[in-house]
Amino acid sequence: MNRTNTTPDRDINFMSLATAMGVLSLVVCIASLVLLGVRGLNLGLDFTGGTVLEVTATEEIQLEPVREVLSAEGYNDALVQYFGSTREVSVRVPPRDGENGDEIGHQVFALIKSVAVGAELQRVEFVGPQVGDELRDQSGLAILMAMLLMSLYIWFRFSNKFGIATVVALVHDVIVVLGAFALMQWTFDLTVLAAVLAVVGYSINDTIVIADFIREDFRSSRGSQDTREILNRAITRTLSRTMITGLTTLLVLVALYAFGGEMIRGFSITLIIGVIVGTYSSIYVASCVLLAMKVTKEDFLVPEVKDVEEMP
Amino acid sequence: MNRYPRGKFILLLVVLLVSGLYALPNLYPDAPAIQITRSEAGADVSTDALDRVRTALDEAGIGHEQGEKVGDSFLLPLSGGESQQAGADAQLRARDIAAGILGRDYVVAQNWARTTPGWLRAIGASPVGLGLDLRGGVHFTLQVDMDTAIEQRLESWASELRVILRDAGIRYREVRHQGETLLARFDSADDVDAAQRALRNKFMEFTSRRDGTTLRFTMTPEALKQIQDYAIDQNRTALNNRVNELGVASPVVQRQGADRIVVQLPGVQDASQARRILGRTATLEFRLVADDADPSRVAAGIAPPGTEIFPFKGEPNNPVVLRRQNIVTGDQVTHAQMGFDQTNGEPEVNITLDAAGARAMQRVTSKNVNRPMGVLFIETRTEARTVVNADGEEEVRNVSTKDAYVINVATIRDTLGSRFRITGMDSPAAAAELALLLRAGGLAAPMYIAEERTIGPSLGAQNIQSGINSMVVGIGLVLLFMLVRYKMFGLFASVALLGNLVITVGVMSAIPGLTMTLPGIAGIVLGMGMAVDANVLIYERIRFELRDGASPLAAIEAGYNRAFQTILDANLTTLIVAVILFAAGSGTVQGFAVTLFIGILTSMFTAILGTRGMAELVYASGKKTPTRLSI
Repeated sequence: MNRTNTTPDRDINFMSLATAMGVLSLVVCIASLVLLGVRGLNLGLDFTGGTVLEVTATEEIQLEPVREVLSAEGYNDALVQYFGSTREVSVRVPPRDGENGDEIGHQVFALIKSVAVGAELQRVEFVGPQVGDELRDQSGLAILMAMLLMSLYIWFRFSNKFGIATVVALVHDVIVVLGAFALMQWTFDLTVLAAVLAVVGYSINDTIVIADFIREDFRSSRGSQDTREILNRAITRTLSRTMITGLTTLLVLVALYAFGGEMIRGFSITLIIGVIVGTYSSIYVASCVLLAMKVTKEDFLVPEVKDVEEMP
Repeated sequence: MNRYPRGKFILLLVVLLVSGLYALPNLYPDAPAIQITRSEAGADVSTDALDRVRTALDEAGIGHEQGEKVGDSFLLPLSGGESQQAGADAQLRARDIAAGILGRDYVVAQNWARTTPGWLRAIGASPVGLGLDLRGGVHFTLQVDMDTAIEQRLESWASELRVILRDAGIRYREVRHQGETLLARFDSADDVDAAQRALRNKFMEFTSRRDGTTLRFTMTPEALKQIQDYAIDQNRTALNNRVNELGVASPVVQRQGADRIVVQLPGVQDASQARRILGRTATLEFRLVADDADPSRVAAGIAPPGTEIFPFKGEPNNPVVLRRQNIVTGDQVTHAQMGFDQTNGEPEVNITLDAAGARAMQRVTSKNVNRPMGVLFIETRTEARTVVNADGEEEVRNVSTKDAYVINVATIRDTLGSRFRITGMDSPAAAAELALLLRAGGLAAPMYIAEERTIGPSLGAQNIQSGINSMVVGIGLVLLFMLVRYKMFGLFASVALLGNLVITVGVMSAIPGLTMTLPGIAGIVLGMGMAVDANVLIYERIRFELRDGASPLAAIEAGYNRAFQTILDANLTTLIVAVILFAAGSGTVQGFAVTLFIGILTSMFTAILGTRGMAELVYASGKKTPTRLSI
């Protein structure tokens, strides 16, 4: 450790904004929770059950005639909207009593065909109400399990304070992403759920990298150093890496969003938000929590694991 | 600094070469083809029929190749389409044309023909399978109605119990099932004692409890699970057979969870036809006719005890009274073939029973010669319905509607064994369909479609295209960025990234049964974006060391060594996410999880081993120590 000549004043003073950012995060989280409570998530077919179909036509499809013919046949609860372009529509019909959900799709298509020139069925999906309920329960469980296992891993690899800090950062990210979905009322389906879990993975990845440097800096620091200084130093040293990885990931996500087609638009937008929020939270949320818990050099005096120094 | 060990270079090259080889078949995508099979099992496709199909395809302007025999069927690859869309259209048209020409004797299905060169096939390399969202097709999740399965089993146990008691000469008031318990009520405590003696070491599937003059049998958890497993297995087998009758290429019929079965039919566009055949739950029951029933009471709809009234097919006013007890049911039929009666030319179905069925048939028919036996046809449709329960809440219940009628009543002329025939069908087509349904096997319990997803072939083609586009653009942008930011080291990272892509595709192709889906592609693309993370960590560290005044070689050494632990920690957590996604997810989510998992492993491999190897080659293999790094 002969590299202590990076003078502290060269480090960016991230922690001077710690209180402000902490308050900001708290406000955003509370706002997200309120949004989730008030507006809720616009759950997709996977979770609610029902029938959804996508139809393309050779000419522009007028929505009104489609809605009229559907409601004339008793489908007045059908949700008809453009999808991609004006020659593509998606129709969603909630599950209904006594009727075979998979047949509804074909009936609805027949009706659309009668008012749209050259209509072609692209996709029909029908999910029974039971399947939807089950998925909803399972997915919640999956997210909780992912968080639990990862915090256990961090607890084991670092220390309990880091475990708590990382979990707080994770919960923060998930809440904000879900809040964005509640705000925009984007459809939340299984692929979006996968994306939320990927956000969890990305965010923790980011946090751990910084945590690694914080740990290293604590160990090499002289006892007198202030926790704020050490956090500043670790974040500064990882800043370019944090930014570059975030940027390259965002580059591919934007490509996915722009060129990947409708079916993974929800997936890519979730991750775009997630990467931005995750990058922010790895800098501010985790460190704020560490600061609040008054993490000190003593937390790292006993090396929890021996360093893996044998390299390939 | 140590020279990089040769062994690691060899390892790198071998991994890259092997995965490259296994990734190669993906450059030879499956060609659309039609598959022609004789309806009659085991019969070959005639050359005459093939010639007629070829001529018709030529006339329609659909290019095709010579084709080859695959098993019992004949595979005719089409060369029509430039794009996948055109190929899919040609395939559809070709199927309709061939089906029109060949008629009922043949099954024409859409399939894919391998275009992988023989030497690649010889080492077992094949392209990665495409999921339904990429090639189009139908996905069904079928829910097995376990309540009915359990009820049916209890019913048969109840009759078994009655037989045991009767054989032992014990009088009982009634034997019936109530929920999941079986109740046997007796007149006196003595009878209960006698029954308990008679049942010793029998009915091990139950735990019995004495309750006054009633014996209460409760199913053991093992027995319950056994019923479930049996029902799922039996239904899966039946579905498998039905799917085969559809003639679909590489279908998937899989159990999912405790009571669901997933069926995937790639390339099938006519979902309604598939649904008709899959959802059909028809079975036969052979029962004795209660010929002693009072006709006037029957006309009033009152069935004598132990019997049921059924309409005769096509003649609702002509009810038939059948004994409740089955002699044989459809799932005991091992073979069924349509044929014609030699004397009057009427269609008939020739049936072969399994051993247990044959024994039962023999026992009953030998005692009942000259009495009539009816063949009951039962078709069940079960669907989920929202009903309002007693508490006024809405709940979803499975409602099954049974359509049962007698298709045939014949007098037993002689003792029947394992082979016999039934007559009375309207037409050869009806006979053929009945034979098919019987052949396909009975269902142990009714099923209904809980989920259906159909993806059109053009959407599938579009999904592939957009997946590839986003991959090219995304990865291109990342490579460009890395080159600009890290120059020579950026080049190392870019080479490693491309190698990473090859290895990922190779690994995915080599794992059998793995299918690529759109979220899977997204997983690869995302993995690529994140894969540079390890490199970025290392390179930023090297730059840091250089700024701190370390020599170039020492900086490389320190960069790789110090970053290793961080990379390990960071990636292990993402692996945890991938594993959870796979375990908890279904379908699309799992596809994403698999690619993410493979992507992380390969990126760790290439980022740590690969780029370091290249750095050593360029900077440390010469005699002179480099004075500066291009980073």
